Amino acid sequence: MALLQVQDLCVTLNTAHGPQEVISHINFSMEAGDKMGIVGESGCGKSITALALMSLLPRDSQTRGKIILEGRDILKLNSNKICSIRGNRIGMIFQEPMTALNPVKQIGAQVSESIYLHLKLTRKQTLERVSELMDKVGLPVSKFGLNLYPHQLSGGQRQRVMIAMAIACNPEILIADEPTTALDVTVQEQILDLIRDLADSSGMALIIISHDLGVIAQTAENVMVMYTGQSVEMGSTMDVFQNMSHPYTYGLFSAIPHVGSSVQLDRKRLNSIPGQVPELHLRPRGCNFADRCSRALKICKDKEPMATRVADHHQVWCYHPLTCEDKK
Amino acid sequence: MFRTLVEILRHGLKNRSFIIGGSISLLFFLVAFLSYFWTPYPVEDINIADKLLLPSAEYLLGTDHFGRDILSMLIKGAGNSVIVAFVAIGIGIGCGVPLGLTAAAKKGWMDELIMRFNDFTFAFPSLISAIMITAILGPGSINSIIAIGIFNIPVFARVARGAALSIWKREFILAARSAGKGRFKISVEHILPNISSMLIVQTTIQFALGILAEAGLSYLGLGTQPPMPSWGKMLNEAQTFMNFAPQLAIYPGLAIALTVMGLNLFGDGLRDVLDPKLRRSR
Repeated sequence: MALLQVQDLCVTLNTAHGPQEVISHINFSMEAGDKMGIVGESGCGKSITALALMSLLPRDSQTRGKIILEGRDILKLNSNKICSIRGNRIGMIFQEPMTALNPVKQIGAQVSESIYLHLKLTRKQTLERVSELMDKVGLPVSKFGLNLYPHQLSGGQRQRVMIAMAIACNPEILIADEPTTALDVTVQEQILDLIRDLADSSGMALIIISHDLGVIAQTAENVMVMYTGQSVEMGSTMDVFQNMSHPYTYGLFSAIPHVGSSVQLDRKRLNSIPGQVPELHLRPRGCNFADRCSRALKICKDKEPMATRVADHHQVWCYHPLTCEDKK
Repeated sequence: MFRTLVEILRHGLKNRSFIIGGSISLLFFLVAFLSYFWTPYPVEDINIADKLLLPSAEYLLGTDHFGRDILSMLIKGAGNSVIVAFVAIGIGIGCGVPLGLTAAAKKGWMDELIMRFNDFTFAFPSLISAIMITAILGPGSINSIIAIGIFNIPVFARVARGAALSIWKREFILAARSAGKGRFKISVEHILPNISSMLIVQTTIQFALGILAEAGLSYLGLGTQPPMPSWGKMLNEAQTFMNFAPQLAIYPGLAIALTVMGLNLFGDGLRDVLDPKLRRSR
């Protein structure tokens, strides 16, 4: 049985234009040790998906579908049971290490909190566990001390503290929501390595959310490309990146600037995807990408596409997927 | 903890209202503390022969119409004010802060219930409601403490709720929730430390208001009862002798005004010192 199965997840949020479905029909499943990436542009529902997995969405939102963690549907649990899952079974790392730590509490106290809460260790055991964690994330207690406040640390160090907090109780699943977006590139590399190593050594399943295709390529084995709250392409990272089939995925890739490529040398404009993401209340009837897609057919505008298999473990939601010849 | 205090002091000494207000408040608390151990003369001693004396070496601020030493009465009155204001603030914080935190944490009907009840209490001017309460419970210092305490509750509830609501939106609260903490635990462990500076500032302001309210109630004869001296009662008694012994009214009046001003200045200074954003812009 899969560790985590997400079946037909739909999320409706209250917006200025009334309730709108921001996540529609997301499906995926993970085994222990899997590393999955979720990629897409801002506002495509990556973070909402993560928050839905933690049941941390606003109270006036509705979540439908199933999120099955080891046979139990999280969405059907009461709030006490969910609290015992959060932090204990699923850990989460946030995007902004500057704001995701409590500014008035010492880092040692912040790391030890969930250990107290879930593992019910004695004071001494907790302290040992905390220093073990700090060693793991590269902030050895001998050098950094547990009585520092967040403002005394750099962004990268704070993110390390966040990671220590997230893995404090050895969760089965670690969700990293844009863990490196707020960090500079050199630190980004170290933090990604750290997350990957931690996941490898403890057998945690990792869900890494990013808009950065490079981050996904480095860390994830499988990837789900999201657009307007739907998955448009899903498969192993190798397959998807080398053999991308959805015009949107292709568009994302062509928008990456390459150092030394003709784009830079010729000072040509970067490639971009024409048009804009349709607003929530103006979503078309058919494929949400149809209006921006150069390959759109008539059916694209009329009917939502279904999943099509491109290869083993590689699906695409498109009526007119790209083939190898199209990309040349 | 000690380091934090030193840090606050270090920044505070650059702030004029912190220094002035702080020294006045400190003096007031020292005098109040002193009153429990020593006053120049016992305040219950009536010595009609020495009545209505002007300041002299023997009686530094003179005597009142019963021949009691004014300085001793002022000192004792400070002690009395502190106790009343202190306990009343305790009631206000003890009930108001949990109510405000609950309102912010639960939202929905609980929030409505607490805040509408607050509005209801707020609708009565504080002194009027204090008079009402002492009128129901009977005059006396304990009842005036309860009365002042009750009108402190909505103030603290409102400040705590407002501050807590803005903290609840912060990302580290989401992080705390993702660590599996319930609303109660988050309120105590994360919200409270983050709103404490605001509560401390409010405390100094409410303290000043409490002293003022106590003086007001005693002035009306609803607060502290004789023979215990109180600033408000001294003012009331001085009224009769206003024409030929105006100093009797000036001393307690000055004491009230100075203390309230000192505490308010201290509160202002403390807010500037505790709020890092204000500190940086200076």
